[in-house]
Amino acid sequence: MAAVQWHSRARRYESELQSCGLEVAPVEFSDYHPLKSITVTDSKSRRGARKGSTSSSSSSSSSAAPDPLSSMLDGTDPLSMFAAASASESPLTLSQSSSTGDLGRGKRREKEDEVGVDFEPWSSKRGEILARFTTTEKLSINLFMGSDKGKAPSLASSAVSEKVRTRLEELDDLEEGSQRELLNLSQQDYVNRIEELNQSLKEAWASDQKVKALKIVIQCSKLLSDTAVIQFYPSKFVLITDILDTFGRLVYERIWSMCSDPRPLPDPCPDSFTADEVNDTAKETCLNWFFKIASIRELIPRLYVEVALLKCNRFLTKCGIQETVPRLTAMIRGIGDPLVAVYARAYLCRIGMEVAPHLKDSLNKNFFDLLGTFRQIHGDSVQNQLVLQRVEIPVYLTLYSPAIHWILQCVSYRAPEALLTEMMERCKKLGNNALLLNSVMWAFRAEFIATRATDFIGMIKDCDEAGFPKHLLFGSLGRSLACADPPEAERLPILNEAWKVITKVRSPQDYINCAEIWVEFTCRHFTKREVNTVLSDIIKHMTPDRAFEDAYPQLQSVIRKILTYFHDFSVLFSMERFLPFMDMFQKDSVRVEVCRSIMDVFIKHQQEPTRDPVILNALLHVCKTMHDSVNALTLEDEKRSLALLINGFIRMVSFGRDFEQQLSFCVEARATFCNLEPVLVQLIHTVNQLAMETRRVMRGSHSRKTAAFVRACAAYSFITIPSLTSIFSRLNLYLLSGQVALANQCLSQADAFLKAAVSVLPEVPRSISIEGKLRSSEGFLLDFINNFLSALLVVPDHPEAGVLFLVRGLLNMVQDYTWEDNSDAKVQVYISALPLLAAMSQESYLYSIPKVDSNETLYGGDPKFLAEINKLCETLIGQVLDHLKTLGRDESVHRQGSLAFSLFGCLLAHGDLRNNKLNQLAVNLWNLSHKQGYCNTRTSVRTLEFIKHQAQQPDMAHFSDMLQRLTLQSRT
Amino acid sequence: MSASLDIRLKRANKVYHEGEVLAGVVAIVSKEAVQHQGITLTMEGIVNLQLSSKSVGVFEAFYNSVKPIQLITSNIEVVKQGKVPGGKTEIPFEFPLHTKGNKVLYETYHGVFVNIQYTLRCDMKRSLLAKDLSKTCEFMVHSLPQKAKLQPTPVDFTITPETLQNVRERSLLPKFLIRGHLDATNCVITKPLTGELVVESSDVAIKSIELQLVRVETCGCAEGYARDATEIQNIQIAEGDVCHSLPIPIYMVFPRLFTCPTLETINFKVEFEVNVVIVLHDEHLITENFPLKLCRA
Repeated sequence: MAAVQWHSRARRYESELQSCGLEVAPVEFSDYHPLKSITVTDSKSRRGARKGSTSSSSSSSSSAAPDPLSSMLDGTDPLSMFAAASASESPLTLSQSSSTGDLGRGKRREKEDEVGVDFEPWSSKRGEILARFTTTEKLSINLFMGSDKGKAPSLASSAVSEKVRTRLEELDDLEEGSQRELLNLSQQDYVNRIEELNQSLKEAWASDQKVKALKIVIQCSKLLSDTAVIQFYPSKFVLITDILDTFGRLVYERIWSMCSDPRPLPDPCPDSFTADEVNDTAKETCLNWFFKIASIRELIPRLYVEVALLKCNRFLTKCGIQETVPRLTAMIRGIGDPLVAVYARAYLCRIGMEVAPHLKDSLNKNFFDLLGTFRQIHGDSVQNQLVLQRVEIPVYLTLYSPAIHWILQCVSYRAPEALLTEMMERCKKLGNNALLLNSVMWAFRAEFIATRATDFIGMIKDCDEAGFPKHLLFGSLGRSLACADPPEAERLPILNEAWKVITKVRSPQDYINCAEIWVEFTCRHFTKREVNTVLSDIIKHMTPDRAFEDAYPQLQSVIRKILTYFHDFSVLFSMERFLPFMDMFQKDSVRVEVCRSIMDVFIKHQQEPTRDPVILNALLHVCKTMHDSVNALTLEDEKRSLALLINGFIRMVSFGRDFEQQLSFCVEARATFCNLEPVLVQLIHTVNQLAMETRRVMRGSHSRKTAAFVRACAAYSFITIPSLTSIFSRLNLYLLSGQVALANQCLSQADAFLKAAVSVLPEVPRSISIEGKLRSSEGFLLDFINNFLSALLVVPDHPEAGVLFLVRGLLNMVQDYTWEDNSDAKVQVYISALPLLAAMSQESYLYSIPKVDSNETLYGGDPKFLAEINKLCETLIGQVLDHLKTLGRDESVHRQGSLAFSLFGCLLAHGDLRNNKLNQLAVNLWNLSHKQGYCNTRTSVRTLEFIKHQAQQPDMAHFSDMLQRLTLQSRT
Repeated sequence: MSASLDIRLKRANKVYHEGEVLAGVVAIVSKEAVQHQGITLTMEGIVNLQLSSKSVGVFEAFYNSVKPIQLITSNIEVVKQGKVPGGKTEIPFEFPLHTKGNKVLYETYHGVFVNIQYTLRCDMKRSLLAKDLSKTCEFMVHSLPQKAKLQPTPVDFTITPETLQNVRERSLLPKFLIRGHLDATNCVITKPLTGELVVESSDVAIKSIELQLVRVETCGCAEGYARDATEIQNIQIAEGDVCHSLPIPIYMVFPRLFTCPTLETINFKVEFEVNVVIVLHDEHLITENFPLKLCRA
């Protein structure tokens, strides 16, 4: 094809902008803003106005704000009409909701006696107990039953005699007594066995073997009378009461289903029936259960099973539960072993709380009975047993804690102050009451404990050394004080007294468990001085023999607590012992985690940028620790989150006007955080910002000193960028830094950046990994190149290099780049280079940088320069047309059409179409793009409209001629 | 072919009193119609007396004298010979529980040597080819409540080594002092036996404290009698070394069927006793016996 001659259209940017710009209407900001929410104060009157009523009062009462939308509609806009409609409905709905609210309140009042959400449920204690009370000793299960023959359950349809026979067989089994004793079970085996029993209970029940089910339950509860391997007893209790719960539920549900047999009871609310509504069959079945249980020979199984079925009393009489609970409470007195007894009480309290929470008296009775039998704990038989099992008294006493905690929690739940006081007094009177004291502090309301904290300390001090471990007592007290505040004046004495004891705890593990709790109290009420003292004490205790290695969770929690209360990092780091405390975290993973939590808090709570050297030093240290944890095995996510934290820190560092120091901080940071790419990126941004800030301060004209400084900044970026691995970060940063350098009149630096960017281009891989998926890089590359091109407009040519050195360099790179096969990307770049070249040939450029001479001034519209540009354009167009020709084949006509159209658009906007050849080329391109009918008709129509509009401009008359030659292909 | 016969009483608990009407239905369930030669119902109340094996030698001579005593009997034909249609057929019936002469309906009691049992039997006679169908069902009779107001008779007791009888070597006994009381020894059968027990002191640890309910059955006639005491149930009220000087509740529910109001007739007697059994850790067994008088109120 003959070379096309290019002539750029001369542009008058100013006037074009004015003609394109929307009308700017001055707006009174006082009463109107487009984003201000529309307020319709009286929509009804507006509606009236629309109807044409002349009532002036309505308009005067209407909204004061002239709402443009509603005034345009001269009435109510649809949205406010909806609003009005819903408003007219709302009184009704409102009244409804208020009435339901009343109902709710009534119900709440009814339920006042019941257990609320503030009652810590058993389920949450359960896991804790199982985890805490473990053993390595061998356990044994002694089961006295043998119906484990795996008999197929007789089908329901089978005759009654069959059922009777199997029942009789079961009974025979019981009489034969195939006693099984499972010895030498590990704890896990034991747990599995119990779970098996639970399963077989459910199976037996499901297959209608009620007798077997009952037998399983009795045998299980019998296990609770066995206190061999006493350390495991609490866990055993938990496991076995699970079975009992299952059983209780099964029986209750069965009887309940019988109730609803002939005429269904109000099913959804199974708690609200009276015994009168229960039919005779259900009552008889229920009674049968109770008679059966009443004849269980042994005390403990009888007790437990009866408690498990407590709820079933509802079916018989109204006050059945009320009468039964006190009896069961008294029955527990018959249990000689105090540990067994206290757990039985705990179970009774638990079921009592679930079934009849209003029966507070029995709960209290339970507690007082417990006090009555308290001396048993120190009795001879217990002592003998402990000697036999080689268990020490303090360990033994802690076995009681879960049960007593629970009982006290039930008792103290919403209990009046007077009762609590009475209970405390009664505990006080008993000797060796440390165990009780502990539970009191644990279970009673924290406020109650806090107001009497001094008393408690006195009581704790009076306790016997040999008994319950004192650090546990102080731990419990500390727990309460962490939630509620003791009187102001007592706080310091309390801390002193408590710490006096804590610091004497010999075992590091016990010490840290207790100290950790008290840190919260200290942080809550005292200043850094006290916290510092506490920290130094902890360090002193935990350093010998590297005791801290076993206490990382506690130490971490100490840090967490301090961080919750101290948000001012200058205060935090001015604690002398804080960093030494941090040094105790010597395991890498823990250390990093602690650092993270510190940085989290810093980022969350630091409002102002800081230059405090203490903070900077400390945090730099913290961040360095995090950074140094990164290695080849670190996950991407992990790196990203670490980088995020460090970036947050870097952003918060500001030396104000001391730019040099800021730069040297960045230098230091770069050295420190060289392994985390996002941090380096952030640092480059920070330095670029620094340069721009300098420019702002100098109002655009640098002194010699500042000029040197911004060059230093550029140098910083220039040497940092190559160390990045991500190619697009590098490209974008080169461009950005180049622009910054240009803005700061560092021409050679800008040149260097842009040249570097161009030279990096060939390295761009064809596909890059984004979020773990391989994607084509083409889109990113095109974006970058377009961005780059627009920056090139203002870059002056280097005096020693040729004309348009950078543009040519870029285009050469584009030509040599290995683009994807079948891709138009290269041509797209060419087409987008045309507007740049056209813009460069204007007399005055669209934009420029203050104090930097662009090519417009350098060449001053030199015809040689223009000819150079035109030649370049012609080459580009030639390339594009060549490419269009290769796209003539069937499968690519679509691409041909759209490429031709975009070249057409480019010619239309930037070419001088008065030139006939260009004009003809444009028309040809239009026809080519429409030939296959793939073009978007709407775009074509709008383009034609644009041309028509342009034709009205002066000097644009040729457009109307051209319009004649552009035909719009009809859709058919 | 399979037809089933069932008796269903109106009362779920199957408990009736003298003078009341025993009502219910005979239910026949069958796929096809059943040919039969009459369905009859028999109601019967019998006292069975048995002599214990150890005394059988002595009393062989008048073995015949302990034949069952019939308390009530009644027989009706529910349906005459004919055909019962297929499906479920329910035939209601009623028996008035009236005794003849001066006989009394004793309360249902299942014991070892004395059994008082009331049964209802339904028979369906059929032709030679098919088997006769029969179904038996037991129903309970409770004696009428006592007229006289029951006065509680509390019993206090103290057990020490000195109060014991049947001791071989009193000096070998450990020292102990156990006090307690039963709220009443004449008990209402539907109410539990209650009381309290306090271990004031004991040199040897206590292993277990139990309540043993014992039946004392006497069978005989003018020539002589056999008296046997056997255990009904044993309920543990304390396990292990219980806390001293803390009252432990005594509580026992009287089991149904196995107890009845204390009964004294010409031919037999049924009485009850409770033993408080204290087992010490050195296997010493201390028992304190209390005769009970049960009644229905």
